[in-house]
Amino acid sequence: MSNPRRQEIRATLPSLGWLVLFFALPCLITLTLAFRANDLRGGVADGWTLETVKLLADPVYLPVVWRTLSMGLVTTFACLLLALPMAWHMARCTPGWRNFLLMLVVLPFLSNFIIRIFAWRSLLHPDGPVKHLLIWLHLADESTLLLNNSGAVLLVMIYTQLPFAILPLYAAAEKFDFHLIDAARDLGATGWQAFLRVFVPGVRQGLLSAAVIVFVCTLGQYVIPQFVGGTGDEMLGNKIVQRAFTDRHLPLASALSGALLLFVMVLVLLMSWRERRSRA
Amino acid sequence: MKRSRIPALITALVLVFLHAPLVVLVVNSFNESRFGGEWEGFTMKWYDRLWAADEVWESLLVTLKIAVSATVAATILGTLAALALHRCRSWLQTVHHTLITLPLALPDLLMGMSLLALFVALGVETGVLTLWIAHTTFCMSYVAMVVLARLQDFDFTLLDAARDLGASPWQATRRVLLPLLMPGILAGALLAFTLSIDDYVITFFVSGPGTTTLPLRVASMMKTSRSLPMINALSTLMIAGTFILAALSFRLQRKA
Repeated sequence: MSNPRRQEIRATLPSLGWLVLFFALPCLITLTLAFRANDLRGGVADGWTLETVKLLADPVYLPVVWRTLSMGLVTTFACLLLALPMAWHMARCTPGWRNFLLMLVVLPFLSNFIIRIFAWRSLLHPDGPVKHLLIWLHLADESTLLLNNSGAVLLVMIYTQLPFAILPLYAAAEKFDFHLIDAARDLGATGWQAFLRVFVPGVRQGLLSAAVIVFVCTLGQYVIPQFVGGTGDEMLGNKIVQRAFTDRHLPLASALSGALLLFVMVLVLLMSWRERRSRA
Repeated sequence: MKRSRIPALITALVLVFLHAPLVVLVVNSFNESRFGGEWEGFTMKWYDRLWAADEVWESLLVTLKIAVSATVAATILGTLAALALHRCRSWLQTVHHTLITLPLALPDLLMGMSLLALFVALGVETGVLTLWIAHTTFCMSYVAMVVLARLQDFDFTLLDAARDLGASPWQATRRVLLPLLMPGILAGALLAFTLSIDDYVITFFVSGPGTTTLPLRVASMMKTSRSLPMINALSTLMIAGTFILAALSFRLQRKA
């Protein structure tokens, strides 16, 4: 073995070894646990079986999977809709303003996730400020419930995912040549046409990354439905947590997360493959 | 040709949307009213009550212990990873790069669940050790990314110059590379520290008895209405802490 090769292996080993042991191996174990049964004490039984995988066909899961996908899609769509004009605006600002706006986007996202959910819970509380405001505006009455429904889940999901949409779109918009917009306007396009037919295609790589990141993140969500949703708003993540902790059925929890894991992996690898191809 | 004001308007509204909940939280931590629907006068009593809640301070201690130890491990591993990724181009680094970036893309739930599966399969009791392993794992990817970005602008001829002047590879690394890379490493470490303190989802899966971190404590306090105003006070302090760390990190990253 040549010397630089040995040096490379020595430099790579600590981090690669750690990631194989505590990231790749756990993912593989999750997938294999799906082919085990659980024992009565909440552990994993010996021997291999297809029984656990067959439990996935339970009609309970179909509406949950459907809800998870549709919530993810709506959240992604709403985030992109808000993030696109923001990216446009930020990219056209002076560098000083850009950094300031970027900081304003990142700051709330750095504060604790659970605290942000708590903040929304108190905002939407029956005695909370939003309800008072809506009543004052005659948009709601005393009986309106703002919390524990799918609207609340959607709102908080959009709230937590927005920065993930804004950042990649801003990165793409920053590289976009805004002279193209002026050219389109000179050729008679309206502002709206220039935005839709020149800007949006111009940042499509950022649009794709933003969409995949937001969508994938929402698929694994369980805390938001748990704290601001009602009983009918459970997503796949809630089912995984219930199987793992309430029912103590680790193999079934693993089977559910294994399915999600494979789906997410395909999405992420497809995206990085497309990105690499467009760069080449 | 006049520019449309709509994008600026949307930007302003989104920023209000992002910040309003946190502002209301901070204001309510000084509000006499229990549910914060209306302003009923200034008070510090929620902070007094928080001060007397021993279990919160115990949680803070656990959180800091995990965060400090995980940050140290993640910073060392992440920096080594970034150096290897930057200097070598081989199939090994392609695998390495994929394994470093995948944890950033996967939902936290999957990472928590798979680590739980690993610990159950190995028969390891969940506790401080499992929490440290989990936090180190998700933090090191972020450190690697920050340091890697820093390495893109690093002038490696400086290392060659040091070698030409008689420095050993180790001396060149320690006396030239590390000092120049330090702002990036520190920024990565600060990010890791912030992420470790804030993590709820992964912690939820691999924590055990006696390892209730601050986010887990807040979540359990949310279930009893008596302690709700106290969470406002605690959140205000946590937000302040996060902002200070973030400001430090921004500073370090900007100083090129």
